[in-house]
Amino acid sequence: MSEFWQGFAKAFELIVTLDPEVVEITIRTLVISLSSCFLAAIICVPLGSLIHFKQFWGKRLLINFVQTFYSIPTVVVGLVVFVLFSGTGPLGVFKLMYTPAIMVLGQVILISPIVTGLVISALSNVDKNITDTARSLGANGWQTMLVTIKDARFAVIAAVTLSFGRAISEVGLALMVGGNIRGFTRVLTTAISLETAKGDIELSIALGIILIVIALIINLGLNRLQQRR
Amino acid sequence: MAFIEIKNVYQKRDGRDILKNVNLSIDRAKVFALIGPTGAGKTTLLRLIDMLDKPSAGRFLFDGIDVTSSDGARLAARRRLAFVLQKPVVFNTSVYDNIIYGLRWHGLDGQRVREKADAILETVGMTAYRKRYARTLSGGEVQRVAFARALATSPEVLLLDEPTANLDPLSASKIEDLVWGIVKRDAITVIMATHDMSQGQRLADRIGVLVNGEMVQTGGAREIFTSPNSQEVALFVGMENIIDGVISACEKELAVISVDGGTVEAVTSCSAGEKVHVGIRPEDVTLSLSSLSSSARNCLVGMVNYTVYDGPLCRVGLDCGFPLVSLVTRKSAEEMDLQKGKKVYATFKAVAIHVIRRH
Repeated sequence: MSEFWQGFAKAFELIVTLDPEVVEITIRTLVISLSSCFLAAIICVPLGSLIHFKQFWGKRLLINFVQTFYSIPTVVVGLVVFVLFSGTGPLGVFKLMYTPAIMVLGQVILISPIVTGLVISALSNVDKNITDTARSLGANGWQTMLVTIKDARFAVIAAVTLSFGRAISEVGLALMVGGNIRGFTRVLTTAISLETAKGDIELSIALGIILIVIALIINLGLNRLQQRR
Repeated sequence: MAFIEIKNVYQKRDGRDILKNVNLSIDRAKVFALIGPTGAGKTTLLRLIDMLDKPSAGRFLFDGIDVTSSDGARLAARRRLAFVLQKPVVFNTSVYDNIIYGLRWHGLDGQRVREKADAILETVGMTAYRKRYARTLSGGEVQRVAFARALATSPEVLLLDEPTANLDPLSASKIEDLVWGIVKRDAITVIMATHDMSQGQRLADRIGVLVNGEMVQTGGAREIFTSPNSQEVALFVGMENIIDGVISACEKELAVISVDGGTVEAVTSCSAGEKVHVGIRPEDVTLSLSSLSSSARNCLVGMVNYTVYDGPLCRVGLDCGFPLVSLVTRKSAEEMDLQKGKKVYATFKAVAIHVIRRH
């Protein structure tokens, strides 16, 4: 037990003194996860809106399909990306394996179903009278779509935030396609996993605390948003 | 050609006909009231007119343009209309933004948008609310924003779905005054759905009665009120007493009609032998304790069944061989000491009776 407390004390020291490695890993993690979250948002918010607003054959089925992928295992996404981008894979020519870029790409694939699905349900929850009111006031299709998204903005932001949580906390994908290369693709989760295996408990705990603090901030932000409704 | 023409329109939903062969033409700058019970299809018809939905069949011409065809034509036409929904909703932003959305969608430039928004807020007396978050407004305030937002776009046609159904009488009459001021000033064509017969009669030039998806009667407000052409319409416009009878004799326009337990005399164009409904408004039936010698041709003896006091009035249910309802003042009901079982004389004029052919 004393080892644990020692680790804890050391961890605080690392954080408070802004240990260069801790800071570097944290920043990289945030940059990668925020990028994937941002990309997923600009792809999936319009995509989810299109699916919601357009009537087409198999719509229900597509939505079910998207929802199924909420819980796709990160290692499966890792595997698919690996197969596609490894040296012998069809997209191997891009030489993206073991770079931050491929981690972002993998995370975008991982969280896109969540953002798309939650955007669809956020829009479905908007009072139908809102869309009718917009149309009756002369809005065209795009304008109606925009005002509806605006009406659902808190739920849409919540969807994106949740997906950020999933992106920052996953480890399987980051390890498989990022490779946990020190100073290049090492992020909080992969670092914790490696340092723990190596026995460097202090660093792991420090990184773990940071991860939890980030999660806490996200949650507080979400709660505030929901209270504003 | 009329401003708005609806021809043989049907609307189906889930295999059910919501609207059946509706025909309607409405002239510019007139107020048309659609009346009918809940579920008759009033809202469905308004939605078709606002081009929010497409009819399953039939044609709809707006200002001579067939708008059932292209989406572009529908949008362009829709921008000339404004629709205030039965339960208005506000966008989750400020009152001011709620108003400018529509103006922007109509393609007005920033300067015009600001002018119009300020003017309409002033008109509806909501200038002080401009920065308020609209979702915190009360029901009456939301209604005012909804009217303001619709009127700001200077519509040629205003569609109102039960405009005051959710308001207390005072707010309702305030809104009515406000909207009607603008409607008259700008000569706006209004189509309003209401289940409130008196509102329809008060505001409309013409009335259409919609029952079970069918336009059963259209006509001037007074005509509908005094000469309903069917039992449904009669009941709806407040002819509470509808008695089945057969015309037993006819002399010129005066007919003797046999009803359960007696005869009544009425003015009608129906001829002897025809089966009819006899409609009498409760307010046209006067009550007395002794047989009156008056010019009224009908005087029946009845027993009081029930009395219901409602403000300054009293509704008296009688049994004259058939049920008959009379509306008298509270004062006279109290003076006559009307109570269950009391014998009274019910008197009504032959011209007060409205005779409807029974099919």
